Amino acid sequence: MMPSRVGALLLGTLLWLAGCAQVKPYEREALADPIMSFSRDPLSDQYLNHVYDVREGARGATTTQGGGCGCN
Amino acid sequence: MKDFERIVIRSRARGQARSRAVPLLFLLAGFLIFPRTGPAAVLPDDRADTLYHYYDGGGVTVRGPALLVRKSVADTVSLSGRYYVDTISSASIDVVTTASPYKDKREEFGVGIDYLHGNSLLGVTLSSSNENDYLADSFGLNVSHDLPGGLTTINLGYSQGHDIVRRVDTSFEEDINRYNFRLGMTQVLTRSLLLGVNYEGIAEDGYLSNPYRSARILGASLPERYPGTRDSQAVAVRAVQAFSSGSRPVISSLRAEYRYFQDNWGIRSNTLAFALQRYFGDRVLGEARYRYYQQSAASFYSDNFTTEMVYMARDKELSTFSSHSLGYKVSWTFLDRKNFFIDRMSLNFSHDYINFDYQDFTDVRTGEAYSFGANVLQLFVSAWY
Repeated sequence: MMPSRVGALLLGTLLWLAGCAQVKPYEREALADPIMSFSRDPLSDQYLNHVYDVREGARGATTTQGGGCGCN
Repeated sequence: MKDFERIVIRSRARGQARSRAVPLLFLLAGFLIFPRTGPAAVLPDDRADTLYHYYDGGGVTVRGPALLVRKSVADTVSLSGRYYVDTISSASIDVVTTASPYKDKREEFGVGIDYLHGNSLLGVTLSSSNENDYLADSFGLNVSHDLPGGLTTINLGYSQGHDIVRRVDTSFEEDINRYNFRLGMTQVLTRSLLLGVNYEGIAEDGYLSNPYRSARILGASLPERYPGTRDSQAVAVRAVQAFSSGSRPVISSLRAEYRYFQDNWGIRSNTLAFALQRYFGDRVLGEARYRYYQQSAASFYSDNFTTEMVYMARDKELSTFSSHSLGYKVSWTFLDRKNFFIDRMSLNFSHDYINFDYQDFTDVRTGEAYSFGANVLQLFVSAWY
């Protein structure tokens, strides 16, 4: 199955889950903690993603958006 | 005209049309899909990071500083600036078997602006990377929007890049055009669980090979030949779960992610990663992480071709290989009260060890399948103000 279809399926599932989620604003204290972030340190994560990008065939769908890396 | 030439021409025409239409459509869609509602989205933190990075593996050493500064200038506008340097000393297996060791320096500059518009955050970024034989410029647009209720955030992104590929001491110069399309969603599922899904499609056209690298045909060297286009797609699913302890709502968290990737060169890859983070007291935060990566080879890759083909590559990044990465990060908050204009500062150190194992890329010096280990170190100071 194409990743775009998988992505659409996952997004659809997530939207369905969104309808089920019931978390009041005062119950979100833990979610605001830095260790709940998908990218706590953006510069450090950009660097580590760059290290992987230039040594692997795969790219994209990471937690950071890279610039022009000159890594042909 | 051969079929592959038609495909290249069609793809380039498609790319040029896309480059004109997509930014306008993107912005229009952003404003139509995300109308103004009550304020809930927030600007990114005012924060500065100064980092020194060091990579050593496979005969290659890369080191240098990096800087990222972000400051809001009004309640709705945040500006950012980025500077990054790679100082490279390379005696990699490609270099020692076909050329001479070299030294190089790459500098990257980036600026960005974010604008808060109701529940939506609109961002524009520009970046430029410069080394003596490779130039890369790109710009990006991002829109993120919090849906009513604040439990769901949707992201849309588009970026476009133009690279110039050169070969030192020659007049060789070719171009690459790159178009990235991103779609993502983050969902609060429970009071301690977040889930994210991201998709990214990338289309490239131009000179996608490397002017220095050679393919092997019956043991002899021949310049690599790559297709003129590459389209790839990646989907990632991420989750992070908080764990509480006594009166602390969160003392640790476990993050897990999986990414599937495929492109029209025949590469398929799977990435699986985990990270466990935990507070030790009020000032120390530790992280342990593991990442597994695996990919299949491009259809035009061979360690040693037996006959000449239209496309030929012997880039180990296009071969069949896997890697394991194990790392840790320690963060120490050494200032945690408002002091002059700084609210908080932390000192951070991380170390990752990556082991690469290639299945069909031979070390021609030994005749064995190639493998190597790499150490990745980062030391950085972060300040919030």
